[in-house]
Amino acid sequence: MKQLGIFIKKEIYHILRDKRTLVILLGMPLALVLLFGFAITNEINNARIALVDLAQDELSQEISARLAASDYFTIEDQLPQVADIEPHFQKGKSKLVVVFPEQLQSNTRRGIPTSIQLIADATDPNTATTLINYAQAIIYSELQESTDNPKPPLHIQTEVKMLYNPRLKSVYMFVPGVMTVILMLVSAMMTSIAITREKELGTMEVLLVSPLRPPLIVIGKVIPYILLSLINTAVILMLGTFVFGMPVEGSLALLGLESLLFVVTSLGLGILISTRTESQQVAMLISLMALMLPTILLSGFIFPIESMPKLLQIISNIIPAKWFIIIIKNIMLKGTGFEFVWKETLILLGMMFLFIAASVRNFKIRLA
Amino acid sequence: MEYAISANGLTKKFGAFTAVNAITFNVKKGEIFGFLGANGAGKTTAMRMLNGLSRPTAGEAQVAGYDVYRETERIKQHIGYMSQKFSLYEDLTPKENIHFYGGIYGGSLSFLKQKSKELITELGMEAYANTLVKNIPLGWKQKLSFSIAIMHQPAIVFLDEPTGGVDPITRRQFWEMIYKVANEGMTVFVTTHYMDEAEYCDRVSIMVDGRIEALDSPGNLKKQFKAETMNDVFLKLTRP
Amino acid sequence: MNNTANISIKEVSKSYQDNIAALDQVSLEITAGELFGLIGPDGAGKTSLIRILATLLLPDEGVASLNGWDVRKDYRTIRSNIGYMPGRFSLYQDLSVEENLHFFATIFGTKVEENYDLIKDIYDQLAPFKKRRAGNLSGGMKQKLALCCALIHKPVVLLLDEPTTGVDPVSRKEFWDMLGRLKAKGITTLVSTPYMDEASLCDRVALIQKGRILDVGSPNEIIDKYKHPLLAVRTDDMYRLINDLRTFDFTHTVFPFGEYVHLSLIQTVWPEVIASYLLSKEHTGLDIQAVKPTIEDAFMELMI
Repeated sequence: MKQLGIFIKKEIYHILRDKRTLVILLGMPLALVLLFGFAITNEINNARIALVDLAQDELSQEISARLAASDYFTIEDQLPQVADIEPHFQKGKSKLVVVFPEQLQSNTRRGIPTSIQLIADATDPNTATTLINYAQAIIYSELQESTDNPKPPLHIQTEVKMLYNPRLKSVYMFVPGVMTVILMLVSAMMTSIAITREKELGTMEVLLVSPLRPPLIVIGKVIPYILLSLINTAVILMLGTFVFGMPVEGSLALLGLESLLFVVTSLGLGILISTRTESQQVAMLISLMALMLPTILLSGFIFPIESMPKLLQIISNIIPAKWFIIIIKNIMLKGTGFEFVWKETLILLGMMFLFIAASVRNFKIRLA
Repeated sequence: MEYAISANGLTKKFGAFTAVNAITFNVKKGEIFGFLGANGAGKTTAMRMLNGLSRPTAGEAQVAGYDVYRETERIKQHIGYMSQKFSLYEDLTPKENIHFYGGIYGGSLSFLKQKSKELITELGMEAYANTLVKNIPLGWKQKLSFSIAIMHQPAIVFLDEPTGGVDPITRRQFWEMIYKVANEGMTVFVTTHYMDEAEYCDRVSIMVDGRIEALDSPGNLKKQFKAETMNDVFLKLTRP
Repeated sequence: MNNTANISIKEVSKSYQDNIAALDQVSLEITAGELFGLIGPDGAGKTSLIRILATLLLPDEGVASLNGWDVRKDYRTIRSNIGYMPGRFSLYQDLSVEENLHFFATIFGTKVEENYDLIKDIYDQLAPFKKRRAGNLSGGMKQKLALCCALIHKPVVLLLDEPTTGVDPVSRKEFWDMLGRLKAKGITTLVSTPYMDEASLCDRVALIQKGRILDVGSPNEIIDKYKHPLLAVRTDDMYRLINDLRTFDFTHTVFPFGEYVHLSLIQTVWPEVIASYLLSKEHTGLDIQAVKPTIEDAFMELMI
């Protein structure tokens, strides 16, 4: 026990004294979450739009007010006529123009088919589509409320209902995703580097020629990184909740335990990598290429698994991150309990034992 | 007498730390000059200044007749360098190494082809010509890297611990190669902290804490310090 | 207290992937309490042999044991009872002197205080730097710390792989002084080195080259086996001297040897004969003297 104690202490010294790596380890989650949260989202906040109000009646005023009131839009300008739209776009002043036709209110009341025109700057098609969708939804709901007619007379006939993420906030997607990537990175890459570093510096030689048993060496290496990973988990969750308003509907304890499971699974992978590699550089490359990329690309973090080719869908099953993302999304967004994620948990548990067993088998008690 | 290297008050400071403290010495043409000192005595820093890799803080020096401040590129053209550790590319064959280094100094392809054949025959290593350098015994590697270092006929060749860890016979073959080029007029500048390597030099200087504390032939130094070997000379000089 | 460990190596062979034999049928017996030197150039097989004894490598063939413990079967016992210093500095550079020592004491299940008397001499020199990170120590200091760490659990056998390589002459001398004092405490020590001149500091040595043991014995025994008359010769033109001596009728070998050339003869020849031969070749500054062979002369004789 004393031996394990001193080993962990030594490991913590290594981590604390390598200031640069420590800053990266603790700063990375912060940077990534903020980056995804503010920059790389496809969500729109306060997009500038312009109006051409040819109707100038009560309905057009109400719709305008509603558009202005939403978080999505800021009304930049009122244009007097349709001919002004193009110069307006060319100046890049706004991304979307809403044109209310003449006699909007009276035509609507009388049931004469009328169109509100939405003209978007489609140089950025994704943004344009999103803006149109938002605007449609707002106009539609206003029309529904202002007329008694359950069937709105407009041609806009979309009905979308988003479950669990009603406002389609991408923050709900990236917090679990970033958490998964960070945990994978810290756990797998850092442990594999930590062990290969001892090989490279020759200290592993001295450790082997000591009464220390291999499992003890491995456990001693792993525990500090478990702690570090749990700190990162907490930081990401807090950022998600307090900065981006991400809900945690389910049990926090369950979430913690599942994270621990994923961390240990990743650590197992890291150790497995380190048992097969001799240098830090190779360990890092393998961690990056074999773990990071699949984790980002095939876990459903960025690209939905359902829309991948069949082969990739099958491959995605062996990515631990895929299962972890399913689990934490269930817990955080749906608020489900263990009864809904036991299958995924079991799969992760299986992977964990597999990795640890393989690592112990592969751990060399001698050189070469 | 024209000198191959002459240094006068050559100094290098890093902040408040003086790595090389006003060293003055001359190396004659065709001389085998040993540049000794413990780790951290300032040998490497001094050699870098002479190689034109590091600008002196004060003092002056000429290497192969060129100034170490203004003519560093000229210097690089007229010196050769060999270190025990990093001279050859381990994943290339001897032939490829010769081609590469010869190419750096601007040899034409036909010249290089002929030269590599010549060198390999001269060294008697035809059997290894197409083997990767990492699979060649250490002794051969050293002879090869020395030959490559002098391939462009430099005026001075700098050798950094050239024979540490080599078997005694190979080591002597190596010194014979050095004697041969020195005999032909090339100046050989050996930095080392292996004192038995120092015994082979015509003259040696011993650096302690950035200064040259002794400079003479090994025989005279041994007499001066009443010592049996250069190792004892060094011990007497550096032990407080 | 078990201080009578002896090392026994019988016909041990080891080769790596490239099929070049690192060790070829090596047999050695090292007596308890001996300071034994394994002397040979880089690549001779010194490290492989020490690693086999340290249970870090398995021999392909042959058996080896320390204190009766077999290197295959009893590797755990061996690991708890030997001190091992690998060829390169293998302590934690980001831990302080003190922390390193404490770490190694603890993983061997002991305390620094328990065997302090064993390392006291050495540690006293390190004590002023005990808070300093190991990575910032000078080469000689690093080796001293590594030796302390290898000794802290009072091993019965000490295996040192090239502890003095790359270390300056002063530290080298100090290191050997320490090994001498440890010998007085009865620790069996096997030390490898490429420096021929260190042979004289050992009780017995084995000369090793290309995976084979060339000779074993006390330094004097090995030198006594050298039968050729040996002369040290120098003139003003060393390069020509070497070539001229090679063509001399009674020459056995000619090797440059520092400021002199060592000339070994196939039979005793009056120095005057050699002198007149060299004078006939127009050499000046002649200096010829009979010398006692060194370990290096013996080594070269065994190599050819």
